[in-house]
Amino acid sequence: MSLSALTDRALRPPVAEVEHVCVDYGRERVLDRVSLTVRAGDVLGLIGPNGSGKTTLLRVLLGLVRPQCGHVRLFGQELRAFAGWHRVGYVPQKAVAFEARFPATALEVVLSGRCGRRGLGRRFRPEDVAAARRALATVGMQAYAAHPVGRLSAGQQQRVFIARALATEPDLLVLDEPTVGVDVEAQEQFYGLLRRLNEERGTTILLVSHDIGVVAREVTQLACLNRTLVFHGPPEEALRSGALARLYRPESWVVAHTH
Amino acid sequence: MLPEVLQYGFMQRALLAGAMVGTVAAVVGVFLVLRRLSLIADTLSHVALAGIAAALLAGIYPVAGALGAAVLGALGVERLRSRGGVFGEAALAVFLSGGFALAVVLLGLADGFTVDLFAYLFGALTAVQPLDLWVILGLGVLVLGTVAAFYKELFTITFDEEAARVQGLPVDALNLLFTGLVALVIGVTMRIVGILLTSALIVLPALTAFRLARSFRRTLAAAVAVAWLAVVGGMVAAFYLDLAAGGTIVLLAIGCFGAATLLPARLRG
Repeated sequence: MSLSALTDRALRPPVAEVEHVCVDYGRERVLDRVSLTVRAGDVLGLIGPNGSGKTTLLRVLLGLVRPQCGHVRLFGQELRAFAGWHRVGYVPQKAVAFEARFPATALEVVLSGRCGRRGLGRRFRPEDVAAARRALATVGMQAYAAHPVGRLSAGQQQRVFIARALATEPDLLVLDEPTVGVDVEAQEQFYGLLRRLNEERGTTILLVSHDIGVVAREVTQLACLNRTLVFHGPPEEALRSGALARLYRPESWVVAHTH
Repeated sequence: MLPEVLQYGFMQRALLAGAMVGTVAAVVGVFLVLRRLSLIADTLSHVALAGIAAALLAGIYPVAGALGAAVLGALGVERLRSRGGVFGEAALAVFLSGGFALAVVLLGLADGFTVDLFAYLFGALTAVQPLDLWVILGLGVLVLGTVAAFYKELFTITFDEEAARVQGLPVDALNLLFTGLVALVIGVTMRIVGILLTSALIVLPALTAFRLARSFRRTLAAAVAVAWLAVVGGMVAAFYLDLAAGGTIVLLAIGCFGAATLLPARLRG
């Protein structure tokens, strides 16, 4: 990596900052003084073995888990005072979030992504519906607006959830294990979509995954977590420095795909 | 010339009140079932019974006692729920049996089971007095107005509470508001079908509607239609055939659910 690229990144404003964050669940410390900065334009993959605290770190960033110590800032603002939630799009792990029999159309689900932005007790306006339809078009699901989400395929449902997160045209897109239960073709489409959002709109992307091989190939920044931050830098460097080997036991060691 | 069923003041009141009760029970029921909180309706209705018993004992308006107890119970349940104990359902069971036990003790003090109490337990066509009608219509408008005002928030927290939090919605306050609505709905519904069948009228139209509609809005409309069919049909049948109204209404609602279940998939919404 050239020096100019490094300074380039350092000059970009921080979008999400975690500073010396600790989280305890009962007696167990799941995050130990973790510091991580996501900068504008990053596609950052957060990886780590099961129980490494990567989902917890994500939840800390989103304000869903309050850390025992440390600071969290979004777009330069302390999380407690942060009010710009429409700038953050969140795609939860599908299996956790979704009841397949829920009677709602894809459009209704995507529209709900604009709920916070429109304001408490206010009705959606035509521009909200237009934005929801645009988000559906972005993920290639415009033809399914009136379909019940429960009857879509896993890959299509995932695209609807991404569209919900995109409905406010966020600057930061946060995804938790987005490719679980999705077939290979849908995965390819998914990463293509992320690249497009990042390149065309400059959307900053934070992605939690256990699939190191694919993630290492698709991201510009890799962060390896195992209760503490083991490594943060470009993915090529993670391979060279042996950070991945230290992170995973040999039997789960996945050979990185390179172009 | 009005048909016989509409010639009596008590039937006019019962049908009007029934239509309103069916509407609010169905609407709130759709959210309730989807949030997997069906048992809360049953719990709060038994807590409401303790309120009725206390009111009968104190000689105040029983519906006020029921509403007060249901709202207090709702606050307690919501507190338990927000703490997220593993045994949430067991805690509800404690509230349910606790409310019922308190009611039995209070009624014992009030010198046994009066005719009045029977109307609260099982519902009765003649039970809707003019004051009841106004209370039911007033609270019904309040519930429907609140749901209409916070429709998009209620949908959003029902579909995905966590994502709603990330959007910055005041999820805890909305949960409290919703549980309060459930308490109001129970307070008015028990006047029509009785305490013991209240949760049936809340849950069954929703379950039926899930089989008929594809969008959330249409699910709400279908649930209301099913509730009207059950309430009005049940009341008219009870009037002509001299049946117990509450039971007839709930049996009709179960019939609707059964019919919707048997409906071939291609005929569904």
